Amino acid sequence: MRRVRAEILNTRKLGAYHSLTLVAPEIAERARPGQFVSVAMPADRRFVLRRHFSIHQASRRGGWAGTLEFVFDPRGPGTDWLAESKAHQFLDVIGPLGKAFAYPRRLGNCLLVSEEHGSAPIYFLAQELRARGKRVDLIVGASSEDHVFNPIEAKRLSQQIAIVTADGSLGERGRVEDVLVGMLDATGAEVVYAAGSRRMLRAVAELCIERRLPAQVAVEEQMACGLGICQTCVIPVIRKDGSGYDNLRVCADGPVFNPARIFWDRWMGDEPRTLSTPPEGFPVVSAWPR
Amino acid sequence: MAAVRHSLAVDLEGVRFPLPVLAASGCFPAGREHAGLIDVHRLGGVVTRSLTYGPSKGAPTPRVAETPSGIVTSVGAQNAGVREFLVEELPRLAKTGVPVVASIAGSTMEEYLRVASALQSEPGIVALEVYLSARDREHDDLPFYARRDVMADVVGSVSRLSSYPVFAKLPAFVPDVVEAARACVRAGAHGLTLIDAVPAMAIDTRTLRPRLGSALGGLSGPAIKPIAVGAVFRVARALPDVPIMGVGGISTAEDAVEFLLAGAWAVQVGTAALVDPSAPAAIAQGVLGYLKERGFASPADLRHRLRLDPEALA
Repeated sequence: MRRVRAEILNTRKLGAYHSLTLVAPEIAERARPGQFVSVAMPADRRFVLRRHFSIHQASRRGGWAGTLEFVFDPRGPGTDWLAESKAHQFLDVIGPLGKAFAYPRRLGNCLLVSEEHGSAPIYFLAQELRARGKRVDLIVGASSEDHVFNPIEAKRLSQQIAIVTADGSLGERGRVEDVLVGMLDATGAEVVYAAGSRRMLRAVAELCIERRLPAQVAVEEQMACGLGICQTCVIPVIRKDGSGYDNLRVCADGPVFNPARIFWDRWMGDEPRTLSTPPEGFPVVSAWPR
Repeated sequence: MAAVRHSLAVDLEGVRFPLPVLAASGCFPAGREHAGLIDVHRLGGVVTRSLTYGPSKGAPTPRVAETPSGIVTSVGAQNAGVREFLVEELPRLAKTGVPVVASIAGSTMEEYLRVASALQSEPGIVALEVYLSARDREHDDLPFYARRDVMADVVGSVSRLSSYPVFAKLPAFVPDVVEAARACVRAGAHGLTLIDAVPAMAIDTRTLRPRLGSALGGLSGPAIKPIAVGAVFRVARALPDVPIMGVGGISTAEDAVEFLLAGAWAVQVGTAALVDPSAPAAIAQGVLGYLKERGFASPADLRHRLRLDPEALA
């Protein structure tokens, strides 16, 4: 991880989202899909924590070499402040942070599933997978049309695409889960990647466990430092041997995890504290395809 | 004009730190992945995350909620246990030569003693800090600090067992912080760490739920700094010979100087170090700048510099 003073090169609005492009070659050179950056807030101490954003784009070559783009939905202090920032302003940025998505070596058909701002890292991944000769299909979900992140980019990146909105304002009306089985069958997906709500990620996990499909998901949990120090952003992950679970840090051990090993009932359950051990015979797809 | 020799080193009645600013408990990047993020030689010392005897899974999530000028957190002392610490973390810290203050926690008095005893005669450790906001399983899950006799018992037992000097870490909201401090010192504490996070809560009005998985947490950050300065001031006046490490919302050198003027012998930086791991080092440099500018010789010199109107406390 590197800490830099990065100049804002460009700001733009994409539907409900804001995008910032920074000049940060030390970070951009190392950044891979699924990793994130941490941005310091103003020094006046009204709100103290850094904000954390998935990397949407990191350019190593061409005219944009050394730049890094992240995307956010301005909601609350911090992101509102960032939405007001202008080109040539400087930000205190640490990155790249966290573990990236792994690329399958042999398998070729990849179904990528994203919701809302989860699309930002997923499109970055789509681009990297295509550069490795993989087939990429996409499911993109959101509450409404303006929250479907950059649909034109999504179409450009995918062979087949399903867009789903809760209010039906773009694509099909419904949830990502409604089209998941259909898309899996239609595309012949061999690997699944996802980023979005816990509800959706859990649905992806259950389907992939049932079909014995390897999958990776990027999760979110409330973070304080984002650097692996404070043990705040943990999620319960079942041990490889199934003997129990450990609370692992999303910022340092994730944010990308094998969804078959996330202890969903404990993480999402109404009474998580009563579930201290994973159920007997919990199915685990432990091997990532080589 | 006579040249003043400025020194940043502090001596807490035998516990020496090369600089007056330490990283507070749980706020130091100790992992292998953090190598290169900070220079430990610019730190006065490191207080470890609170160690329990066995591994502890900690509190349910979410564990943090940001509030005006602060954060409410409840990590529940998640850690891998003292043995894992001794094998995995301490050797790396000790190799750097940075003074280590080991923070100990427990859910019973016995656990505190087991942790303290596992830490004896380990290279690198210069003191223990007893975290007293842990829940006492033998007394209705109340925090150890809530009952002065229980608290004094823990602090006293650890102090008797330990070959290291022991600092008791107190919150500001014990019935009377001065009396609590006195009880700890009488029981055998070498010094005090003031203050622990302030008991607090944040509620999401949209979902009608507490914003933390464990409902209640501790407030830290700039919001609690004046509370901490007040506690340090009161205890330092009552117990002028007892070393105090001041902690609570320090994010600038001026904040640190306030604590030193209030009577702290050294300070710890917590929340600000989570936001910027190099903050403690920068704050130490800033304290040096202040000493030079004002012509004061050392951080200890500041303890006697507060200009207090004799009638102020009448």
